[in-house]
Amino acid sequence: MNEALPAVRKRKRRNPILPYLLILPTFVFVAMFTAWPTLLAFYQSFFRQRLNIAKFREPTFIGLGNYTALFSDERFLLVLKNTLIYVLVTAPISIVLGFLFALLINRAIKGIGLARLAFFQPTILPMVSAATIWMFFFTPDYGLWNTFLQHFGYSGPQNWTANPNLALIAIMIVAIWKNAGYYMIFYLAGLQSLPTDVYEAATLDGANWWQMLWQITFPLLRRTTLFVSTIAFIGAFQMVDHIFVLTKGGPSRASTVLLYYLWQMRFENQDVGKASAITIILIIFLLIFTVTNFVLSERKEEESHA
Amino acid sequence: MPDAVSPRGFWGKLGYWAVLLFTGLLALLWAVPVLWAFVASTRPPSEPLGRGDVWFGSTITLVNYTTAMSLAPFKLYYINTIIIVLMILGVQMITITLAGFAFAHYKFMGKQLLLFFILLQLMIPTTALLAPNFSTIRALGLFDTRLAIAIPYFGSAFGTFLMRQAFLEVPRDLVDAGIIDGCNWWQLLRHIYLPPSKSMLVAFGLSSVVWHWNEFLWPLVVTNSDKSRPLTAGLVRFTQLGEIGAQWSLLTAATLLVVAPLFIIFLIFQRQFIQSFVHSGLK
Repeated sequence: MNEALPAVRKRKRRNPILPYLLILPTFVFVAMFTAWPTLLAFYQSFFRQRLNIAKFREPTFIGLGNYTALFSDERFLLVLKNTLIYVLVTAPISIVLGFLFALLINRAIKGIGLARLAFFQPTILPMVSAATIWMFFFTPDYGLWNTFLQHFGYSGPQNWTANPNLALIAIMIVAIWKNAGYYMIFYLAGLQSLPTDVYEAATLDGANWWQMLWQITFPLLRRTTLFVSTIAFIGAFQMVDHIFVLTKGGPSRASTVLLYYLWQMRFENQDVGKASAITIILIIFLLIFTVTNFVLSERKEEESHA
Repeated sequence: MPDAVSPRGFWGKLGYWAVLLFTGLLALLWAVPVLWAFVASTRPPSEPLGRGDVWFGSTITLVNYTTAMSLAPFKLYYINTIIIVLMILGVQMITITLAGFAFAHYKFMGKQLLLFFILLQLMIPTTALLAPNFSTIRALGLFDTRLAIAIPYFGSAFGTFLMRQAFLEVPRDLVDAGIIDGCNWWQLLRHIYLPPSKSMLVAFGLSSVVWHWNEFLWPLVVTNSDKSRPLTAGLVRFTQLGEIGAQWSLLTAATLLVVAPLFIIFLIFQRQFIQSFVHSGLK
């Protein structure tokens, strides 16, 4: 019977059409809503087309016109700057907080479940609900946010979502509050899978807690960190729902990020050409972050094998 | 990893309790926005929060919830959200199981290429493609329908990938035994591949439900009326109604209405939820 196995494996694991039929539904939906729109956006980004202006309603080929117009537009450069600040600040802070939370609640005592619940619950909320709650939280005068800050001696402006210097920060605070607990659960799972004997050996060698944290825990959680940072950075580019509730990108674009600007360009300005160009720029940003993370993980993998 | 301080000796005990206290305070800080919203939503309309105590009112009332329900068609929004979420879940369960099975079990020409093509969806998220996808929805005549909100998610690269990984974990001997017993592909999938992979399917399903329950931008773009609008888009419309203004007790009540069903299910199945999110790594 054992001799028959290889033959069985070969024969039964091949089928001329069935695997294609099984993949077909997924293939069709990915083709329709990922591959095709990417190509369409790329194509349309070379045309001028504005749906709300009669003479520009039909697409006209303008080469790189949309791209050069965008990159010579101060508003767009501001949006790019906001986006980079937003992504490069919210993602790392959320990850560090997530790691801290995981360290704090990784212990078996009564009531720790409540702390885990408190840190994790924002993940379950829709971003628009979180934003509505924070809008209330940020209210000048009696909003709890300002009251809280005043206890620590804050005397700055109160209207966080309407202040040009604070609006982007307000948006980032909500994003961090919402996501830290999400990254926490990956670190918690990572911490709980660590081998205990390494720590016992380190304790015998007289290592203190900090040394163990930096020299054992951190290196062992490298994969978790890479995974979490990939989803954190990619996610940050896409997280704009709260902007619709809190600031609408304002005041004077101070809190507008790329995806929000893309929405405005397409659905408020009805500018199909520029919206397509922004789509392509956004995709390029996402690819840069994905590929960088991938390369980093591969390189570190080699180092650890060497 | 062991704790920073062991609860031994006077200083050890002190440090231990200090860390616990810090954890508690941080947790409280994180919970305050939602707790405050809940308190505000039970405040009678005659005692606006702008004047007087923000934490304690004279009495607790549910009238804000009924008022919110009467000012916007939240019942319809609920139905829409539930239909959309279940529609996506149902189709995804089928598509990812079939595709995952094909990639895990069969050898065929162009397998790597097809897998790469599908995984494109991970690199180019659907959210970024809202402008061209809007044109597709228009061209298909689906604008302002629940199907328009659901259809871009019917195929899932992540789900396909997860199911493929789960199926690859199934021992080969078990599969071969099934083949020798004369199972056809459906029986192999149903009786050999699926049973040990169920937890992965549930994990993906739970996070899919949460993610699509909470989605806002795409539904905002492809809906135009209450007949297809989900809770998230309905809530944002509600907050912008002229007569609502800064009636916080009403706004927080509406917000919590949107959150409640998912939140209650989450409280009951907390452990499974967190497990699922870890497994699927996807919101």
